[in-house]
Amino acid sequence: MPRSAALAFARAGLCALAFGAASALLFAAAPARAADYVELPGGTFTSVLPQGATPSSSGPVTLAPYRLRSTPVTRAEFRSFVQAHPEWRRDRVPAVFADARYLADWPAPDDAGAPPEADSRPVTNVSWFAAQAFCESEGARLPTWLEWENAAAADETRRDARADPAWRRRILGWYERPALAALPPVGGTPNAYGVRDLHGLVWEWVDDFNALFIAGDSRTQGDPDLLKFCGSGAISIVDRDSYAVLMRVALLSSLNASDTTGALGFRCARPLHGDTP
Amino acid sequence: MTSLSLTRRSALALLALAAAAPPALAADALPGDSIYRLRAGFTDQDGLAYDLASTRGAPVLVSMFYSGCEMVCPVIFETIAQTVKALPAPERARLRILMVTFDPERDTVDVLKATARRHGCDERWRLVRASQADVRRLAAVLGVQYRQLPSGEFNHSSSLLLLDAEGRIVKRTGVLGSVDTGFVAAIHGSLAARS
Repeated sequence: MPRSAALAFARAGLCALAFGAASALLFAAAPARAADYVELPGGTFTSVLPQGATPSSSGPVTLAPYRLRSTPVTRAEFRSFVQAHPEWRRDRVPAVFADARYLADWPAPDDAGAPPEADSRPVTNVSWFAAQAFCESEGARLPTWLEWENAAAADETRRDARADPAWRRRILGWYERPALAALPPVGGTPNAYGVRDLHGLVWEWVDDFNALFIAGDSRTQGDPDLLKFCGSGAISIVDRDSYAVLMRVALLSSLNASDTTGALGFRCARPLHGDTP
Repeated sequence: MTSLSLTRRSALALLALAAAAPPALAADALPGDSIYRLRAGFTDQDGLAYDLASTRGAPVLVSMFYSGCEMVCPVIFETIAQTVKALPAPERARLRILMVTFDPERDTVDVLKATARRHGCDERWRLVRASQADVRRLAAVLGVQYRQLPSGEFNHSSSLLLLDAEGRIVKRTGVLGSVDTGFVAAIHGSLAARS
């Protein structure tokens, strides 16, 4: 997908990502759990993106254990960050690090909106640089794509539910629902790891978003790409049935680091041991 | 001059206040879209610390590469050399060229030095390395995509970028293997603007 088209898709169409009002109401009572990280054991994981020696070959990778924020970062959390680091206010941030829509939905540069609902809604309209800076401010980093995808492979009871057609339909169903005027609060049902809101609430930045370039057509990964993509060409898709996750890849691969959209938020990750990201 | 000094001083004061500074902060009256606002620690092929903003005031040609790359990266070096040759002789000496490696692990200072020698790079060229996090940040401001393969090779998008005297991206080209005349014209324009 061409960058511009994908981005237009991200900005306009992705509001369809919002999830059912019913589930939003159901979980609205769950308290936002600030900076709550849950442990993931890592281990062997097979990505929808090829991890083999060539762009078309796959193979499981081994992920080190890591911790992931149980929910996306909320507006209240991001407001505290902006207040402590005013260089990230929308009226002070340099254009190279955030586009003109950065935090544009806030009433004021240091005001994320009235509590309580604004407090527990996921922050969106944030750039990759801003998301990185937030995570660093709490001794964390953005998760890698593989860490995000690994966590998102789980449903409520299974650590890898991806082979289940019913689970796939459920995720896709979230994307098909009409957009709500405002994003629901964070705090959906935890998955088997205790991580919430990986599907159905917002898109999320990953640290290596600019590693996720894909060939538009895997048949073209030979000669035409050789000059554009050094090495062995752009990557292709291994598991074409994982549409919902592939939509994420398509979105992330279309973004520039300063881009922001109303449906794009983030969460942070930490190594299991040690204090440094 | 006085007002400029004051601005610098207050900017520095602000910087000192922001103790837990993010990786990227404004330090000077750089334009908001200048990539020189990125705070990253680079080391060049001579083992010296390299500050991105050290080339402020002159146009810079930037690209990314890695020494272990056998297919495209030699073409990138060759294309840049041809591009420089396409400029009027008096302008060639004033152009700076910054090459940033995707592979800081294997592109040590010695390897960078050898790569520079192999491609006939003179002192106008700086081949630099940084931490992997800083490399990804620089690629992010440049709009360059890359990923490391399990084999140790890298897949990456290949482009040449022209920064103006303030570190703003003013032109990019994906033409490799031949000289992009529009790109040469842009470099010529930037150099002329400074003379």
